[in-house]
Amino acid sequence: MWVVDPRRTTSARFADMWLGLNVGTDIALANGVAREIIHADLVNVEFVENATVGYEDFASHVEPWTLDRTAEVTGVPAEAIRDLARGYAGAATAQLMWTLGITEHHTAVDNVLALCNLALLTGHVGRWGSGLVPLRGQNNVQGGGDMGALPNKLPGFQDVADDDVRARFEGEWGTTIPPEPGWHLTQMFEAMGRGDLRAVWVIGENPADSEADVNHAREMLGRLDHLVVQDVFMTRTAEMADVVLPAALGWAESDGTVTSSERRVQRTRAAVRPPGEARQEIDVIADVAERMGSAWGRPTAEELWDELRSVSPMHGGMSWQRLEDVGGIQWPCPDEGHPGTPFLHGRLWERPIGGRRAPFSCVDDHPPVDQLTDEFPLRLTTGRVLDSYNTGVQSGKFNSPIRSGDALELSADDAGSLGLARGDRVMVSSRRGSIEMTVAVDPDLPVGLAFTTFHFPESADVNQLTSDAWDTRSGTSEFKAAAIRVEKLDVAAGA
Amino acid sequence: MGEPRPLVQLTIDGNVVKVPEGLTILDACRREDIDTPTLCWASNLTPVNVCRVCVVEVEGSRVLVPSCSRLVEPGMVVSTDSERVRTSRKMVYELLASSVEMDRADTSVHAWMEHYGVRPERMGDRDEIATVAQPPKVQDDLYVRDYERCILCYKCVEACGDDAQHTYAIATAGRGFDAHISTESDVALPDSACVYCGNCIGVCPTGALVFRAEFDMRADGTWDEDSQQVTTTVCAFCGVGCNLELHVQDNSIVKVTSPVDHSVTSGHLCIKGRFGWQHAQS
Amino acid sequence: MSRSWTWLPVPDLRFGTTAPTGAEVAAVDAVVAGVGPATLVVGERLVLGGRHRAAARRNLLLPALHALQRAVGWISPGGLDHVCRVLEVPPAEAYGVSTFYHLFSHSEPVADSTVHVCDDIACRGVGAMGLIEDLRGAGHHVRPSPCLGQCERGPAALVQRTGVDDLSVAPAPVADVEAAIGSSSSSAAVVLPQAGSGNLHLLARVGVVDPGCLDDYRANGGYSALEAALAMGPGGVVRELTASGLSGRGGAAFPTGVKWQAVADQVGRPKHVVCNADESEPGTFKDRTLMEGDPFAIVEAMTIAGLTVGAEQGWIYVRGEYPVAAARLTAAIDAARGAGLLGDDVAASGHRFDIQLRRGAGAYICGEETALFNSIEGYRGEPRNKPPFPTTHGLFGEPTVINNVETLVNVLSIARDGGGAYAALGTERSPGTRLFCVSGRVWAPGTYEHEFGVTLGDVIEKAGGLVDGSELRAVLLGGAAGSFVGPDQMDLPLTLEATREAGLSLGSGVVMVFDQNDDIVDTVRRIAEFFRDESCGQCVPCRVGTVRQEEVLVRLDRGGSFPDERDLLDDLGSVMRDSSICGLGQTASGAVRSAIDLGLLGGVS
Repeated sequence: MWVVDPRRTTSARFADMWLGLNVGTDIALANGVAREIIHADLVNVEFVENATVGYEDFASHVEPWTLDRTAEVTGVPAEAIRDLARGYAGAATAQLMWTLGITEHHTAVDNVLALCNLALLTGHVGRWGSGLVPLRGQNNVQGGGDMGALPNKLPGFQDVADDDVRARFEGEWGTTIPPEPGWHLTQMFEAMGRGDLRAVWVIGENPADSEADVNHAREMLGRLDHLVVQDVFMTRTAEMADVVLPAALGWAESDGTVTSSERRVQRTRAAVRPPGEARQEIDVIADVAERMGSAWGRPTAEELWDELRSVSPMHGGMSWQRLEDVGGIQWPCPDEGHPGTPFLHGRLWERPIGGRRAPFSCVDDHPPVDQLTDEFPLRLTTGRVLDSYNTGVQSGKFNSPIRSGDALELSADDAGSLGLARGDRVMVSSRRGSIEMTVAVDPDLPVGLAFTTFHFPESADVNQLTSDAWDTRSGTSEFKAAAIRVEKLDVAAGA
Repeated sequence: MGEPRPLVQLTIDGNVVKVPEGLTILDACRREDIDTPTLCWASNLTPVNVCRVCVVEVEGSRVLVPSCSRLVEPGMVVSTDSERVRTSRKMVYELLASSVEMDRADTSVHAWMEHYGVRPERMGDRDEIATVAQPPKVQDDLYVRDYERCILCYKCVEACGDDAQHTYAIATAGRGFDAHISTESDVALPDSACVYCGNCIGVCPTGALVFRAEFDMRADGTWDEDSQQVTTTVCAFCGVGCNLELHVQDNSIVKVTSPVDHSVTSGHLCIKGRFGWQHAQS
Repeated sequence: MSRSWTWLPVPDLRFGTTAPTGAEVAAVDAVVAGVGPATLVVGERLVLGGRHRAAARRNLLLPALHALQRAVGWISPGGLDHVCRVLEVPPAEAYGVSTFYHLFSHSEPVADSTVHVCDDIACRGVGAMGLIEDLRGAGHHVRPSPCLGQCERGPAALVQRTGVDDLSVAPAPVADVEAAIGSSSSSAAVVLPQAGSGNLHLLARVGVVDPGCLDDYRANGGYSALEAALAMGPGGVVRELTASGLSGRGGAAFPTGVKWQAVADQVGRPKHVVCNADESEPGTFKDRTLMEGDPFAIVEAMTIAGLTVGAEQGWIYVRGEYPVAAARLTAAIDAARGAGLLGDDVAASGHRFDIQLRRGAGAYICGEETALFNSIEGYRGEPRNKPPFPTTHGLFGEPTVINNVETLVNVLSIARDGGGAYAALGTERSPGTRLFCVSGRVWAPGTYEHEFGVTLGDVIEKAGGLVDGSELRAVLLGGAAGSFVGPDQMDLPLTLEATREAGLSLGSGVVMVFDQNDDIVDTVRRIAEFFRDESCGQCVPCRVGTVRQEEVLVRLDRGGSFPDERDLLDDLGSVMRDSSICGLGQTASGAVRSAIDLGLLGGVS
């Protein structure tokens, strides 16, 4: 196992080799690995010829990425890159797994495409034991997409721009669906800034803490004519709201489904009654619909699910009873005789190939937008720790013996040159804001890199620092790469 | 998955049976509805065959064999209820019950002890013989390690180590009757490598490892297992999709476990799934 | 605890905060000097580590613990933490391994030396208890010890000193122990009552050759067996072994030829030859005699085993209480390697074979072959469940020939003179000669070699008979795991078949003689205490059963009523014998049982 991460994480300790690349040089590394695979004659020629398109262009595109150049850009020794390339290409089965370190960049989509190139080059996709594995950070982020909570998709990842698809949904729902994609989250905040978006209904999200450049986000939310927040807690966002709709907890107080990282749809069940005036979210939404003139009645979770099955072919075979009986099914599952699908893209191995060929993508390395300068000389990257979760709304309620707190972790060298020791209070500033933090020293951090979690916005409002640069295709902000300055506070200032 | 396995024919308690190759004698017994006691065995852990309560007699074998780990072989002749087997099983229970508090062991354990007519008192006066009596270790808000209830079945070590968590915060230390489950140099759990997944508690068969909430409720006399309802749902945190069994008493979650027969977790969880439920009742 | 064979440790480790001292770092780092630490920081951006590197170094845990104990006199928290960092071993596991062994101390040393005094069944009859009191009276730090394997010259002591090698002293009057504490070498001349006798096969060179001199060994027939083995090839060696009828001398008497053939038949995986030199059965010292007196013989025999079964790596596991044997074997291995008789091209044969020596650290159970594997591998010395057997799943889960010292030395004459000549010795079903460890109330205690078939009475007679005034009360045959036999058994022929028929076992060849003045109830209680102390603790029947058995015997020793305890003793015996994982528990009640049957415990049988 190789772990490629700017930090030597716990996962990196499991690895045979840890490659500590510079933040935001993932594409450079992937291109360098691809070139090495090509030059070492380890391309899966049969797969590339049958299942892909664009190889020649891709091969010339990555040609400049010699081991030496890749090493220079990524900071990783050339021999290690060579070893990684040959190990990956030579393995009988191999997976590329990633999480937000790939996607929370302004080059998010290109980062993913760069990894896809490697899988196509080696045929490590569409086979048992091989593949591309994006690890979802939240229990139902996949399910949100499944249900059509994307600006350009209807349930079951059906394209909103497709006339046939829209016609089917319109027939089913008795309404007209606009053909243009809606806004994703980042675009919504831009629309708030322009004044195009005046009223927002937030369900189960806490953007006033979780957005990058959170000061800006709070300002935008504050400008709205009307903000409705439907949540189980009085979050910072809820505190800003005109109307708060108290909701039942999805996982413990409601019946329904969630979809996990491996596309497995599973049942959630109500175990406890919601407190006080909290209501089932279905009922809240149905009530609002009724006041807007549509009588949806009081559908049960199963009735809603059956409606989804009728419009989303990939969920068609997942009856409520089957989900009960087999403990979850992986989509696509088109009919009730279908066992579900453990891995995707098997069609690439059919001869002749099933469907269209998979394209190589020529992607370029672009360093993080928030550049390091003398004024902001340190690279800050944020991440998560085991016992905490996002902004701590759910995970902050139990007394974890391993809670690490909100410290700013610095390399030993940087701490030394700044005259800092563990426990010192510092002012941390980026181009967007400044917050006070406490210092910790991680001896494994490379010089120039700082790390912190963002689980404790009450005590360290880290997203005041993070970068608002975002990928125009995914809408994801570059949380992983901010430029900061760290200044020691004397005790009096910190007190 | 894969090819159907060839069948192996053997005799169990006088009946000729055919079972797939690769099964253990215990598997075969269960297929034949022959109830067999176990303590250190669990479906989600590698058999360690240390408790010896599942022993059976196999013709041609000088000693009894642990059914939990011994694979079936063609022509094997197995007796699960011979005099030797009954004596050994009874003795194992008597040895344990004379040295360990067994009061919170599963009800099946007590049923077996009654079945074999276990009389631990014949080992001698409890005050004069060796026992593992000791005060419980209460070192944080999540776990209690109550080792006077520990039968040293190794399940917690396996769950902490290579069968589930790969954390290796606990291991067996010492030797013989002094062997015990310990962190390095017996440091307090929060100072050890423990990541509080609770998987050790999940597999403990005797109540030696217990969640602090349950321990406190038992101390207060409010723990009422009979009134608890168990509902299976999905963890609210990351994207793995672990199933949770919420144990609910008086509309409050009092404990979280995970179904051992579910492919995602095989009964194991992390700290968030195991303890992150407090937000549901604040 | 059984581990699956494909198991690899995956580190998710948290280390301590106690800093190691310079001496601790130096001692531990020296152990990994050849292979480097498990986690190798190549640079700020590149670290090699992970489970493969850690797994490959795990077998250095026991040597690292030894190095730490030797350097600072205990397994200090900072030192142990450094061991864990260097080898990427989980600290809880390292602590679990370390606390498994008697010879590792886990509290700060109270003195520069610790004297381990044997108070086991042989030595307690020759003044061990008084020696312990005298040494304590003289201000020494004393720890009573199970049998130190010096029964022919007790009372025995092992001196463990900070910063220098361990020493054994036997016999050990206080003055000799005190001299040893300040000295630099053990004075362990091998005393062999039969020395010079013409009929010796196994012991022929003991007391004759200089154990430190390869040339002397060769001058006395050494390495002629390897030459013969190379000439006849692996098939020939197995053929002669099979023809010889040699069976294992470790207790189970498994045919050696069959074992070697089984390992030779395994293909595609690395294989090992392991010499079980963890001789720890109370009353046993014959392997020590061979190791101290003729160490090259073991090296040569292992080399033949390696070339025969196709193993490239040999391991000798010597019990920790035998510092002299370990030192002489280490010197012999080095000398053989220097002469091209070990290494990449053994005796210009084109084959590779080399030997590593591992010292145990005070655990009888590690003489059980699978416990021994776990101990070498860096785990607690807990026996594994069998099957699978070592021939397919041995050391590191790979095919392994494991033989004890005496078995291996037998191989030399078989390779040199042929299986037929060997089979002409002894009886038809018990061919060859056998070593006996004669101790107790005889004139000349010591290691004796006799052909199988010699009677028990003869063995005692050849050791000079009983000492003046002694009246034979009982003989402990086979060791603590064996049985007591009465004076009526003097005509018993000592063969595998005759002892088996009598419900006895030759075990490790112990013949310990007790007379009318010996306190047999106390001896039986000490045996029970031995098993309680040496149980690994893994399985319930042995862990708790040995404790309960000892409790009964203590109650009897204090005048308890035998009939009241009889049923309990019987049931304890049954569950330990029938349901323990390994031979320790299975035999822990044998001597007690036989003592009951002989009426030695005072009760009615």
